[in-house]
Amino acid sequence: MADSPFIARGFHAKRAPAKPDRLPPGQYETRDFPVLSAGPTPRTALSKWSFAIEDAAGHSMRWSWDEFQTLPRETPTVDIHCVTKWSKFDTKWEGVSVDTLLEKARAAGVVEGDFVTAFSDGGYTTNLPLADVKGGKAWIAFGYDGAPLPPEHGGPARLLVPHLYFWKSAKWVRGLRMMQRDEPGFWEQLGYHDRGDPWREQRYQGDP
Amino acid sequence: MQMEEMRLDGNAAAGILREIFVHDMTAAVATCRGCGATGMVGGLLEYGQEMGAILRCPKCEAVLLRVVHAPDGMRLDPSGLALLMIPANALVT
Amino acid sequence: MTIPHTAPARLEWRVARVTAVREEARHARTLVLDVPEWPGHRAGQHVDVRLVAEDGYQAQRSYSIASPPESTPVELTIERLEDGEVSPYLCDVLRPGDGLELRGPIGGYFVWETSLGGPLLLVAGGSGVVPLMAMLRHRHAAAAPVRETVPVRLLYSSRTVDELIYRDELTRLEGAGDVDVHFTLTRGVPAGWTDFQRRIDRAMLAEVGWPAASGARAYVCGPTPLVEAVANQLVELGYDPSRVRTERFGPTG
Repeated sequence: MADSPFIARGFHAKRAPAKPDRLPPGQYETRDFPVLSAGPTPRTALSKWSFAIEDAAGHSMRWSWDEFQTLPRETPTVDIHCVTKWSKFDTKWEGVSVDTLLEKARAAGVVEGDFVTAFSDGGYTTNLPLADVKGGKAWIAFGYDGAPLPPEHGGPARLLVPHLYFWKSAKWVRGLRMMQRDEPGFWEQLGYHDRGDPWREQRYQGDP
Repeated sequence: MQMEEMRLDGNAAAGILREIFVHDMTAAVATCRGCGATGMVGGLLEYGQEMGAILRCPKCEAVLLRVVHAPDGMRLDPSGLALLMIPANALVT
Repeated sequence: MTIPHTAPARLEWRVARVTAVREEARHARTLVLDVPEWPGHRAGQHVDVRLVAEDGYQAQRSYSIASPPESTPVELTIERLEDGEVSPYLCDVLRPGDGLELRGPIGGYFVWETSLGGPLLLVAGGSGVVPLMAMLRHRHAAAAPVRETVPVRLLYSSRTVDELIYRDELTRLEGAGDVDVHFTLTRGVPAGWTDFQRRIDRAMLAEVGWPAASGARAYVCGPTPLVEAVANQLVELGYDPSRVRTERFGPTG
């Protein structure tokens, strides 16, 4: 890399930040919803879909799609931040709070760990501290912008953890696995951060 | 296999692979550890967009190769490859 | 000029100078670049272009080289994407005298040179015609006896007639012999249009492409859905998959 980069005359990011206090460092606002995938879009039929919370000892709590739809749902409006530098404000979701799921999982004997690994159809995984999916900070979302979540954006359901970089919001999520140790997931194995707080710019391993 | 509009192919990873390998790697022949299919790297399916390069087998969609360029260096996970063969006539740019 | 046979140790970013620009079609522009210490290239290769803003914001894209190895200024043809971030800059803001940071040439799979022989089937969707044009220009620069051993058929799909890039030059190449050019438009045709007017399909490829038994090499480039459909159709028509090379440009622009 050059020591002083060549500045392209007259080039700038597509949009200037309209709400600078809502933009984490190094981010730019977008009005689009870019699609970023590590693999082909899975097409799991709702009749085959399930979501599970499990621990290493084999305790688990599982919901079918129909059972999931009977759970209390919320409609959070949140800002989302991608590690590739775009942020999107006021995105509207519908889903079940992870707190609701954890409560039922605990009642079924699932033992919590300090960390969770979210796992998805197609083999994608991501790791994060359990604390980051508790306390009203995370959902399993199946609705976006008033409609069912489209497959390219993670439908039927994705994890939604908007206070962390959006690669943590695993698309096509099928469960959370309790972990005693932090196990790097798909992108984390390749150098992305174990936690991913955009306000501290925790993009890569080693970022403080 | 469903049509995936967003995906590219090994040609899109040529630049990042050229940061690691001295040779162009798109003309190299990859053997998939999952299904045994062989084909040129240029013909592999590429995902990941700006996060990194994820190269998948066009037959079984298994991940063959993953590359991320982070500030502290580059990480290459080749564990999905059973073999990579770089033909002698690919040893030019 | 000879194709170089030594690989540089590193792929370096260089600052090229824009010496001229040329409007090609309604949404396309060619940049003529003076690239310092350019090592030469092969038809079908691309460059990576990097734009850095004053605030440090960066964007990087790949663009196929439009010029053949035989010509010295390196030319890139850019399709202007309405909601793009880089292509509007390259088409609307960049001007002769400006610097443009790039690295290349890159690629060794989606390349063709006369020594690889033919017959050649080139299938393009939209801006996918750019690397294929480098191949055609490279072939045209060869001596007549060489050209005669490599007959070419080009099938070029575009949305509308005014989005066809290089239309005049393609017509001239066709007139010069051994190049068969067919266009197909998918979003409406002008009055008097006599060529195809639908998405490329197996029947069209069977009609204007080389039969598989000819041993033709195929190069398919353009939007991902088109490339994948055409590659599958060619294999269905009997093409050996190893003789079909593809370059996907992503979603339809």
